[in-house]
Amino acid sequence: MKITAIPLISIKALRRNAMRTILTALGIIIGVGAVITMVGLGQGAGEEVKAQVNRLGQNVVLIFPGSISLGGVSIGGGTINTLTIEDAIALRDEIPEVIAASPEVRSQRVIVYGNRNWFTRIYGQSADYLQIRQWPMESGEMFTEEDIEQASLVAVIGQTIVHELFEGADPIGETIRVRGFPLRIIGVLSEKGSSLMGSVQDDIVIVPYTTAFQRISGRSHAMVINVQVFNDESMDIAREKMTDLLRERHNLAPYQENDFTIQTQEEVAQAATETSRIMTVLLASIAGISLFVGGIGIMNVMLVSVTERTREIGLRLAVGARSGDVLLQFLIESVILCLIGGIGGILLGVVSTELIAIYAGWPALFSKDAMIIAVSVSASVGLFFGFYPAWKASRLDPITALRTE
Amino acid sequence: MPILELNDITRVYRSESIAVKAVDSVSMTISEKEFVALMGSSGSGKSTLMNILGCLDKLTSGTYLLMGEDVGKMNKNQLSGIRNRMIGFVFQNFHLLPRTTALENVELPLLYSREKLSWKEIRERAKESLKIVGLGDRINHTPNQLSGGQQQRVAIARALVTKPKILLADEPTGNLDSKTTLEIIDIFQKLNDDGLTILMVTHEPDVANFTGRQIVLSDGKIISDKKNKPVSAANELEKIRLRNDS
Ligand SMILES: Nc1ncnc2c1ncn2[C@@H]1O[C@H](COP(=O)(O)OP(=O)(O)OP(=O)(O)O)[C@@H](O)[C@H]1O
Ligand SMILES: [Mg+2]
Repeated sequence: MKITAIPLISIKALRRNAMRTILTALGIIIGVGAVITMVGLGQGAGEEVKAQVNRLGQNVVLIFPGSISLGGVSIGGGTINTLTIEDAIALRDEIPEVIAASPEVRSQRVIVYGNRNWFTRIYGQSADYLQIRQWPMESGEMFTEEDIEQASLVAVIGQTIVHELFEGADPIGETIRVRGFPLRIIGVLSEKGSSLMGSVQDDIVIVPYTTAFQRISGRSHAMVINVQVFNDESMDIAREKMTDLLRERHNLAPYQENDFTIQTQEEVAQAATETSRIMTVLLASIAGISLFVGGIGIMNVMLVSVTERTREIGLRLAVGARSGDVLLQFLIESVILCLIGGIGGILLGVVSTELIAIYAGWPALFSKDAMIIAVSVSASVGLFFGFYPAWKASRLDPITALRTE
Repeated sequence: MPILELNDITRVYRSESIAVKAVDSVSMTISEKEFVALMGSSGSGKSTLMNILGCLDKLTSGTYLLMGEDVGKMNKNQLSGIRNRMIGFVFQNFHLLPRTTALENVELPLLYSREKLSWKEIRERAKESLKIVGLGDRINHTPNQLSGGQQQRVAIARALVTKPKILLADEPTGNLDSKTTLEIIDIFQKLNDDGLTILMVTHEPDVANFTGRQIVLSDGKIISDKKNKPVSAANELEKIRLRNDS
């Protein structure tokens, strides 16, 4: 038959039932839109994780207590007490490649200024922590080695605290109270933005680790040691040396496993992106189910359409259409339906990704792949779910079909 | 030379317990350029026989040779090819596609043509065919905007558009007034003069008189088959015109 005639016949048939066409396509529009949104957000999240890990700083190594199998990231940590303050000092002083090491301890506390309260996280860190994180100050100064030695009651605060507790006024020189201890504010950090988990990194108070250990957290061991290595090339050797040093300091026999885990920035990034990739796949699968449901809708409508148009099919067969021509006509009809859905779905996906991105403050990422996949998936859905009705139509006997009422 | 040859064909319809012999041991030959009327009372099997001749329905037994070829041995696609190329079929109840213009209805068989036709050729041939049946000015009307006679003409134009060897018309004048009937028969006679073989079902002996041969069916059997000296429809039309003028 005339090949160019088939799409025309199909489009005409779809136009004749415009309302039904739109409603059927809607199933696919929603399915494809959902897939694109989920993949877009998932990939955007992945990029964000990568960016954040990079923002950890240059040549940063994290040492966690306990042995964590590779691929898992320690987030809570801290239940195993194997890393001491002395470990951190030894790492910095005895390994030439290590230029900074900060034993970190976190606690969640209410801080008070005048008659205002704020629940925040207090970090104990060393004086060179900001250098490790490459986090510039906005005003004031970071505490010094001397403050560490004396466990001074001083603090450096993030932007959130400035807004929430001081309502934007200059906080330097003011005193906040934590668990009854007065902390004098000596510096304000520049803005860092929110992290993926939704926590605002600027919602932070940093104090000398000695102050944190002795007065605020009540802990005796570091939850993480943040280490900065001299340069990228010395990373491997530094790692080896750190392992040896810590094993020696912890008196581990050769048959014993490490009681700490060293993770480089890349490893953390890998683990984090792997996690976000799994999330993306999960979300996309759920969205895929709605695409499937949309496909069943198409099959349903095509079956109704074949039944309604039995006489038309009979006539086409009677004037010389082959069963293949009829099959193709109905297949193309459902593929066109799905393509309308695919294109509509891309528009919906782009708009909803943008909206969610603006709303949640996540970076939107439209991957061309996701769109190509969505459109080809929807075309395949059309083929797959359109095949049975089309095949049914092509099996009709011309005379029987013409006689149908 | 015979164009159609039926040897002892039977078509049985079975429904649950009873079997109806709609066509019962029919043998006949139709030669090229014949104009034949197929007659008989309602239910005598005329439509069934036409459907068989049109390669739309299957035989229960017997053989059907179309231009020497055994139709019973053909597969579905070959049959649809034959229907497209060799046979023009006018259905008892038109069977035009609804909400589709006359022109597009007539174009339909050409879309399935095995010849490679351009869109322009398809359009031209459809228009030509509509002109033959005298509907050149109504090509963009849909069936519900056309009278019964006009719909019948569209159906005939569609049957003619592929330039078939045989025209099979199942009661083409069934619901028409006498003047329109004459006009349609006039078209058939002209096509027949140009060499088209025509087989036409009709109830009315008056209409059968315009043909060259009359076959009568009863209970699926041929009970009479005789030659006839055809009356000219053109002359009849001329008479009416003269009568109206005076
Ligand atoms: N699909 C079918 N199933 C069962 N019986 C059928 C079928 N088609 C036709 N018949 C029977 O076959 C016989 C012949 O029918 P057919 O339609 O050929 O008659 P006809 O001569 O065309 O009548 P009419 O002049 O009313 O059109 C009838 O008895 C009819 O009931
Ligand atoms: Mg009949």
